[in-house]
Amino acid sequence: MATPDLLAFANAVATGAIRVVDLTQTLSPEFPTIVLPPEFGQCAPFRSEEVSRYDARGPAWYWNNFTVGEHTGTHFDAPIHWISGKDLPDNAVDTIPPQKFIAPAAVLDCSAEAAANPDFILTIEFVERWEGQHGQIAPGSWVLLRTDWSKKSYADYAGLREDGAHTPGPSPAVVKWLVEARDVHGFGTETIGTDAGQAHHFNPPYPAHFYMHGKGRYGLQCLTRLDLLPPTGAIIFAAPLKIKQGSGSPLRVLALLPGGSA
Amino acid sequence: MPRQPTARRTYDGVVACQPVTIPYVRYSPESAAWWIGSALHQLVLQSGLRPQDLDGFSLSSFTAAPDTAIGLTQHLGLTPRWLDHIALGGASGVVALRRAARAVQAGDAEFVACVGADTNHVDSFRKTLSSFSRFAQDAVYPYGSGGPNASFALITRNYMNRFGARREDFGKICVAQRDNALSVPHALMKQELTLEAYLAARPIADPIHLFDCVMPCAGAEAFLVCRAEMARSQGWAGVQVLSTIERHNAFSDDPIQTRGGWAMDAGELWAMADVRADGIDFVETYDDYPVISMLQFEDLGFCGKGEGPDFVRSHTLTNDGSFPHNTSGGQLSVGQAGAGGGYLGLVEAIRQLTGTALGRQVPNARIGLVSGFGMINYDRGLASCAAILARSA
Amino acid sequence: MSTPLVRPKRKNPLARTRLPLLPQGARSRTAHGLTAAAAEGRFALQVCENCAHIPYPPRDACPRCLSARLTFGDVDPNGRLIAETTIRVSTDPYFRERTPWRVGTVKLDAGPVIVAHLHGDTVEGERVKLVLKLDKSGSAVMLALPAQETPNMQADPHLREMTSDPLYRRVLISDGRNAVGQAMAKAFSEAGASIVFIGIADPWKPFAGMAELSKIERVEIVPLDVTDTESVTELAAQNGGRIDIVVNTAEHVRPGGIIERGNLNVARDEMDIRYFGTLRLAQAFGPALRFRGADGVNSAAAFVNLLSVHALMNWPAYGANSAVEAACLSASQCMRAELRPGGVRVLNAFFGPLETEWFQTVPPPKLAPAALAKAVVAALKDGNEDIFVGDIAQDIRERFKTNPKALERELGSH
Repeated sequence: MATPDLLAFANAVATGAIRVVDLTQTLSPEFPTIVLPPEFGQCAPFRSEEVSRYDARGPAWYWNNFTVGEHTGTHFDAPIHWISGKDLPDNAVDTIPPQKFIAPAAVLDCSAEAAANPDFILTIEFVERWEGQHGQIAPGSWVLLRTDWSKKSYADYAGLREDGAHTPGPSPAVVKWLVEARDVHGFGTETIGTDAGQAHHFNPPYPAHFYMHGKGRYGLQCLTRLDLLPPTGAIIFAAPLKIKQGSGSPLRVLALLPGGSA
Repeated sequence: MPRQPTARRTYDGVVACQPVTIPYVRYSPESAAWWIGSALHQLVLQSGLRPQDLDGFSLSSFTAAPDTAIGLTQHLGLTPRWLDHIALGGASGVVALRRAARAVQAGDAEFVACVGADTNHVDSFRKTLSSFSRFAQDAVYPYGSGGPNASFALITRNYMNRFGARREDFGKICVAQRDNALSVPHALMKQELTLEAYLAARPIADPIHLFDCVMPCAGAEAFLVCRAEMARSQGWAGVQVLSTIERHNAFSDDPIQTRGGWAMDAGELWAMADVRADGIDFVETYDDYPVISMLQFEDLGFCGKGEGPDFVRSHTLTNDGSFPHNTSGGQLSVGQAGAGGGYLGLVEAIRQLTGTALGRQVPNARIGLVSGFGMINYDRGLASCAAILARSA
Repeated sequence: MSTPLVRPKRKNPLARTRLPLLPQGARSRTAHGLTAAAAEGRFALQVCENCAHIPYPPRDACPRCLSARLTFGDVDPNGRLIAETTIRVSTDPYFRERTPWRVGTVKLDAGPVIVAHLHGDTVEGERVKLVLKLDKSGSAVMLALPAQETPNMQADPHLREMTSDPLYRRVLISDGRNAVGQAMAKAFSEAGASIVFIGIADPWKPFAGMAELSKIERVEIVPLDVTDTESVTELAAQNGGRIDIVVNTAEHVRPGGIIERGNLNVARDEMDIRYFGTLRLAQAFGPALRFRGADGVNSAAAFVNLLSVHALMNWPAYGANSAVEAACLSASQCMRAELRPGGVRVLNAFFGPLETEWFQTVPPPKLAPAALAKAVVAALKDGNEDIFVGDIAQDIRERFKTNPKALERELGSH
């Protein structure tokens, strides 16, 4: 294949011929995080302390120190995050080969189904129906679950009730199938977690984590604006921080689409 | 167990002389050292002594702090062989006299300069009070008054409740003193005071009103103590000391102060002087508040306990009256120059007995009584003293 | 009879705020024995261990027998008011703007004569009861109360000045998610607070008690996360000028010691919620509280810390938690000094194990959240500074006072 003209690519991005869509939630203290049983260690929420702001603490500059968990806000999950992926090679954010941070995306629109049922489960049948319309998912693609969940208020977004979270996610079967039959790059969602809110009841529990990371694939969570992406054709740039032996990190997820203005 | 007290030595051969007053001002930017120095300067000028002749120095001054008498020796160039700092407030004068007289009698000093002086800056009063004493800090100052007014209000109130004194009785004392002061050039209160004005004056802390309170000011009082024979040889008019008493923290079990230390030792005062109450020609009491003057009338033996109001009603207290009292006007009319207030009565007594009164002379003044009181520590004045003085033969 | 307190009118926003002045707070070390008693709401005087004399003012040798063995102990506070005065003119700046002010001489049945502030319902010649209160300077003063309770007694201006009564004041409770916060909301509403703001963090997380909270009169739920500087600063910017009492109910109780926990995860949360949370509240609300310490009937009055009694001595079963509570205790002492220029009190309410979920396995006696709330409100009404609520807290305190090393061993014996 002829080497694409990278300068032309850069120019296309600058002029809008290639459109850049930001799929990232703003990292802020208010954004909900995953909540685990209180006896377990918790995910640190984003917190920021101002160091100085053109004042006595620092006359000509403004800067902050922040604390955040690896899995706070829009974030990337590496295979080492799950027990099933703990011994795979190149399984941490600092060892994943960098070319893995750029990949195409297949965007599955489940927004209607999710609106009707917060516990909506993605099945093999649903994906096959989608493929009937948009073609088979290409190997090495991100599979992104569009539920429009990112448009909800924070309370509805977290979906917490007395028996835990009620948010959509994939079935154990579909995750296994996406890895084995479609060789996907990873799974991405708009919700807190690649798995459904009630996935602790599944077999195995948390199948998206179990199967994806078990096979060295990746996860993306708390994505937003998936409704702006075409079913196929978008390229995702998702490079996590290079944290030593990191299990994941908050990151900037960008989608590049063909075509001019919004 | 009670012991027969040793017979006290007389004050024969010693005199007090050279009365000095540096005219008072309400507020002074000068330091206490300036006022003390001014008094010594005047003493030296009027006596003809040189500073180095002053081989004894007794100082009473609140605002000299952080200095005491010793610091003033270097400041003023004195080299005394006898030194005392007497921090007894209104009792300072008579106590200074007692100490100095014994020193002179024993030959420890020849010429003892006794000075009671204080400056008054706009915040002197407030600052002096807030660190006046430990008990005042712990148990009085936090209770509202910022000063002794409330403490003496309670004493006055209690005295009125118990003995039927009325405001008019205290007023009579104040009015007479104002009368005595009108002829004194340096008295700060220059207007005549009527009983009506006294009664109508603004309340400070019930039942004390404006004219029951002294006016703090800056000023200096001083006198010299030396051998009678030395005074004669110098041609100075001196005053004999017939007797003195001193007592501190008396009657501490009295719930509220209704008597002072004089009540314990008054008999000794009269006996040692061989004088009776009716032989006294004038009395200078310590008048921080008129109720205390009334206590002094009783405790010194001019009348019985609780008879003060009747005594005041039945006597005229002006210099030409039946019982000349606070003959220069007292602190209530002249002003209270800090520790100078403890000297005012004694210095005035010396003047009256040597015929050199600055104001109106008490006719034929031969024997006078000076009483001191002071140092309200918690709820009562602790220090008390008195002296009977006589014109030198 | 005291005039009942009237709910204050809305403050004129264009009027200058009266700045706090303090009465003289300097005391000798010995006299601070009274401050120690007043802080806990006790009435104590020195008693000579040698001759049983009870001297006053506090001093360093018995005036009867000269023994130095004078110890503070509880003494009969009853006596008679034998003389009174009303101060109308004062050189003291604090009292100058508060005249007329009554003081008097009380002769105690126990012996000493005591100059005291007078409650408006005391009568010269009649029986009175003395109490020790912390005045605005934070030092102890004597206050004579009528021997029998009188109507509207609490409304007396002297008492209002020396206490942090929630009546007609505006209260912020930092965390309404837990049982203690909810009990506080109820208790302060019942005490007549004109509004009770109650903070809820992470509103996207549901919590039990939300419905009950909304039902309490004059409660207003506000967003507040004590781990988020921006959240605390924002609330203070909006409401700091109209909050008179801050009650920090943020808690994070987890069992576990120092070595045996093996990681810093929970410790970090404990520090962030308890210690840094306290700091955030202090920094955000402290300056406004201090500024408004003399601002009328509903002046800023107090900052309330709820502290485990194990802030005094570590309980290894909850050892990491104890250490954080100790940090909070030290911080509260600093806050006391920093808020004192405004005449604002810091109340530390020490408690033992609570009847809440994280103390589930601890055997009784345990303290109900409602009891803690009740004690805090009572302490604010009394103007106390250190209270030990419940049997365990009082027991630990006694043991700590008499032999802290023995207590250290007793608590660490498992």
